[in-house]
Amino acid sequence: MSAPRSLPRWADVTLLPLIGLAAALVISAGIIALLGESPWQAMKLMVSGSFGTQDAIGYSFYYATNFMFTGLAVAVAYHAGLFNIGAEGQAYIGGLFSGLVCLGLGKWPFWAVMPVAVLAGAAGGGLWAFVPAWLQAKRGSHVVITTIMFNFLASATMTYLLVNILIAPGQQSPETREFADHATMPAIHELLAKVGITYASSPWNLAFVLALLAGAAVWVFLWRTRWGYELRVAGENPSAAVYAGVSPARVTIIAMVLSGALAGCLGLNELMGSQHRIVIDFPAGAGFVGIAVALMGRNHPVGIFFAAVLFGALYQGGSQLTFDMPKINRDMVVVIQGLVILACGAMENVFRRPLAMLFAKRRRDSGPTS
Amino acid sequence: MASDPTVPAAPALELRGIDKRFGAVHANRNLNLRIAAGSVHGLIGENGAGKSTLMNIVYGFHRADQGEILVGGKVVDIRSPQDAIAAGIGMVHQHFMLVDNFTVLENVVLGVEGGRTLTHGMERARRELERLARDHGLEVPLDAPIDSLPVGLQQRVEILKALYRGAEILILDEPTAVLTPREADLLFQMLRQLRGQGKTVVLVTHKLREIMAITDRVTVMRQGAIVAETETAVTSPRDLAEKMVGRAVSLQVQKTPARPGKPLLSVRDLEVRDAANVPRVRGVSFELRAGEIVGLAGVSGNGQSELLEALAGTGPVFKGEIEMSGRRLVAGELGPRERRRLGLAHVPEDRLRLGAVAAFSAQDNAILGHQRAAAYNRGVLLDRPGILEGCERKMQTFDVRPPNPRQRFATFSGGNQQKLVLAREVEADPSVLLIGQPTRGVDIGAIEFIHRRLVELRDAGKALLVVSVELDEILGLADRILVMNGGEIVGELDRRDATEEKIGLLMAGIREEKR
Amino acid sequence: METYTLVILTLAATLRVATPLLLAAIGAMFSERSGVIDLALEGKMLGAAFASAAVSAISGSAWLGLLAGIGASVLLALVNAFATVTHRGNQVVASMAINIAVSGLGPTLGLAWFNIGGQTPQLDAPGQRFAEIVWPGAAAARHVPIVGLIYAEILSGHNLIVYGAAALVPVAAWVLYRSRFGLRLRAVGENPLAVDTAGISVNGLRYQAMIISGVLCGVAGTYLSTAASASFVRDMTAGKGYLALAAVIFGKWKPYPTLGACLLFAFTDALASRLQGVALPVVGVIPVQFILALPYVLTVLLLAGFVGRAVAPRAIGVPYSKDK
Repeated sequence: MSAPRSLPRWADVTLLPLIGLAAALVISAGIIALLGESPWQAMKLMVSGSFGTQDAIGYSFYYATNFMFTGLAVAVAYHAGLFNIGAEGQAYIGGLFSGLVCLGLGKWPFWAVMPVAVLAGAAGGGLWAFVPAWLQAKRGSHVVITTIMFNFLASATMTYLLVNILIAPGQQSPETREFADHATMPAIHELLAKVGITYASSPWNLAFVLALLAGAAVWVFLWRTRWGYELRVAGENPSAAVYAGVSPARVTIIAMVLSGALAGCLGLNELMGSQHRIVIDFPAGAGFVGIAVALMGRNHPVGIFFAAVLFGALYQGGSQLTFDMPKINRDMVVVIQGLVILACGAMENVFRRPLAMLFAKRRRDSGPTS
Repeated sequence: MASDPTVPAAPALELRGIDKRFGAVHANRNLNLRIAAGSVHGLIGENGAGKSTLMNIVYGFHRADQGEILVGGKVVDIRSPQDAIAAGIGMVHQHFMLVDNFTVLENVVLGVEGGRTLTHGMERARRELERLARDHGLEVPLDAPIDSLPVGLQQRVEILKALYRGAEILILDEPTAVLTPREADLLFQMLRQLRGQGKTVVLVTHKLREIMAITDRVTVMRQGAIVAETETAVTSPRDLAEKMVGRAVSLQVQKTPARPGKPLLSVRDLEVRDAANVPRVRGVSFELRAGEIVGLAGVSGNGQSELLEALAGTGPVFKGEIEMSGRRLVAGELGPRERRRLGLAHVPEDRLRLGAVAAFSAQDNAILGHQRAAAYNRGVLLDRPGILEGCERKMQTFDVRPPNPRQRFATFSGGNQQKLVLAREVEADPSVLLIGQPTRGVDIGAIEFIHRRLVELRDAGKALLVVSVELDEILGLADRILVMNGGEIVGELDRRDATEEKIGLLMAGIREEKR
Repeated sequence: METYTLVILTLAATLRVATPLLLAAIGAMFSERSGVIDLALEGKMLGAAFASAAVSAISGSAWLGLLAGIGASVLLALVNAFATVTHRGNQVVASMAINIAVSGLGPTLGLAWFNIGGQTPQLDAPGQRFAEIVWPGAAAARHVPIVGLIYAEILSGHNLIVYGAAALVPVAAWVLYRSRFGLRLRAVGENPLAVDTAGISVNGLRYQAMIISGVLCGVAGTYLSTAASASFVRDMTAGKGYLALAAVIFGKWKPYPTLGACLLFAFTDALASRLQGVALPVVGVIPVQFILALPYVLTVLLLAGFVGRAVAPRAIGVPYSKDK
């Protein structure tokens, strides 16, 4: 056991991701400066663009909703010792399922359509995760590689379906007809209007609340139920899981299906809440943002909420930036996203070791207190 | 290498003032050691005494914080295995450092290929190895992949690797741990032969028998320090054991004679096969009665671990029957969870691999395996306050220090980890306890505590099966002793009739003639 | 004769599609054999595609472009190695980070430097691209029945990188099985501890392997933007990095089988573009997506042991540390 690597828990969950974020932002600022724009100015524009106005906040939370679903998906798999790179494909197929429900049950009232759409989205995502999970549990193929392959398979399947089958008649771009009005998620500003609060219009919708509920449910499941406990045991130490009477293969399947189900809910926000039809490539990389969000949020729902909001703000602020700084476009946000994954995930040890030594030194200096 | 024959030979290896810490652990304390050329030198000590650390320093795998190493009288700076090899030091590690899917030849030349391309080096190596095989009787099939060879041959490849690199000093770390007695005999023969050819051998072990059998001199280590050094011929196993443990060995645990009651666990004709379908446990039958401790002795790797896991339900069973609490389990029927419900408890041999989750807190480890028990659940949710309280109680009754349920399991000492695992298993009030290596990696103070607890459990009418590779522990604890060899139970002794010699013979697979 | 021409043209296209796959796959074979998961092929290729197209556009030299492509890709490989080998970070996470960062960085820099929506300018001046090399007499040979077309389309008429990639396979095989480096590389991916105790630096070997992968991905990326096409466009690798990795797995981490897998995958791609909208007898129009998905399906089936069995280097994905 290498002694100097342990950090106090609070530092591990707050300080370390913040340092990682700071490092990513500093490098990004360097890139912005290299492009000939002022990083400080860019930062101010990003903040005002994402939180400066009511509709900006609405957009930020709308993006954040996607990332909460995919971030939670990555986290649940992570706690079972699995790395789910397939949230993108699971979100895609899940969206197809809930989209079909919205198309098919257009005559039902909203309160009947919604639960079915939620279940369908979860089922679609879960199904797309089940196959790689089953292949790992029973056939020993690695879930990382299979889920990547399944991303491509999801993409091919969806392109085929949208181009050849689901496309609305007379339509040029590969997308379905629009969902009926009551088969869409009510927007937050509409809901607020009903209780007499006026709020600027934005695609921020009820799916945000569903994402918060999902986060709470994940927390209760992982840390407050025996099934979550067993899942975490299997993730940390599969042999100990066997000892505790838990089948690691079973946990692999359950965790991946839950993970896929969470990712599959992305369509509730993106399609049912905003696009109101099934369009091509609607996950738009949210599955990969989920990796960054989960890593930064330390695979904890609370952390994931904050990280998702941060990335939502980055996406919204980034599109604002494009208007004011002609040399910068939204791709810069993707760069920041990659750097956050690098700093908070892969290079964690670069920061952890010096930090741990700092803490060890401070503890020594302050002397034994017990 | 060629020393002047007129000057009295400098020691082959000399260590001066070696000191090494790993964080808070002082693994080596100012060690001084001289090992004569052409001798077999034993280094003995309990697990954790610092022997392996010292040898890893000599081999350049770890760096000493202080001190120097002399080879043939000259100070050498050993920073990596490369330096050690250059200084003529070879090491056979406890876990072999072989590439399983490489051939013997490829393994031997790895690192000393003799050029950027392989063809020439391989040819030369083949000739050289054939010569070594002739001269030393070290025959191995050069083109066979390592994973097709039995363990004894794999070890021979390790020795060949060292010799091929020109090793004059050969360090063997616990070389017999994985060998059958026959293979061990062959190894000792080989080592004697090497000594005859002027090589120096350092044998690191915790087994007294081996020291007595082969070494010329022996150094005893305890808690990171050298506590004695002597000619092997003038010492005795008892003397060495006392020095290893640091007091007169009375691992005789205070206890009254056992009063065995009715059988609580019966095993009939149990057979276990591994993934390669090789039988590991063969036709084992025995009974475990209420109020007795049965010790299962044997050289490590003779089927004890597989038997233990088969009984606990964590390992496979090929065929046979287990009866407990009136239930007959055929082959692998019922998993660990169901067996726990039938009153079975299991303290596994390797607690960090099987018995605990190092990254979890103490309280989360205190419910491992019992996570579905009604006591820890309220409806669909875990009963967090109850779990915390339960852990505090267990820590108190088993004197776990520090008594902090929120502390990470990995940060407790070995003894306290073991006490917590034992507490967890005892808490469920089982009728049968399976305990593997109860005091492995546990400090002396905790050993006494744990032994006392086990005897108390026996007196409370539980049936205990203790698996240990430490003969002293078996002799101290057990009321009845089973000895395993080659997957079979080769003998059963009542404690009153058992002696170290008798058990030793059985462990070596030599059965007493039936009278 | 018409069918024959089609077959030959499809095969020629196969070679062109296979080239970047093969380069990246052989690169990945090295890093994976050393025990490091090489999911970053995509990012390294994309980075190289951008750097080479940008430098070629500015300097007017495809060769300088190639150098820049290799440089960018090796730099990314070094970042990856620093995170995963030196600091023992999670290899999958590091690779994904690189892939994502590069997918944003290319268009960002492209926009700032060239101001045409994140692309690089068209490379149309001579010397800015790797041009096709027409073998002597290729035009004339075209009229010779059967073999003529093979000579003109399959042997002749590719750029230098294609020929280089073809020569790479025997070289890689020799290095892997006949050189000291290859022996050590194969050992370190199976049992790094054995390599360490044999006095060889585990990290050194892994760095070398990852740099090799960086160089080869650099060439592959350069091929995409300065040979197969004439500029860098957003996400132009389009999953080729992952496909190359699939090819290594399909090729069981061995050079010649990997070549076979690359050709097979490239053939499905060439076939897909050939069959687009074409009605075949009996089956009718096969949706192009199904053909394109074939390599992924095959890889999944292989990994699951339904077709053959792929056994990865044993130590792959596990950061090496002496103290366990």
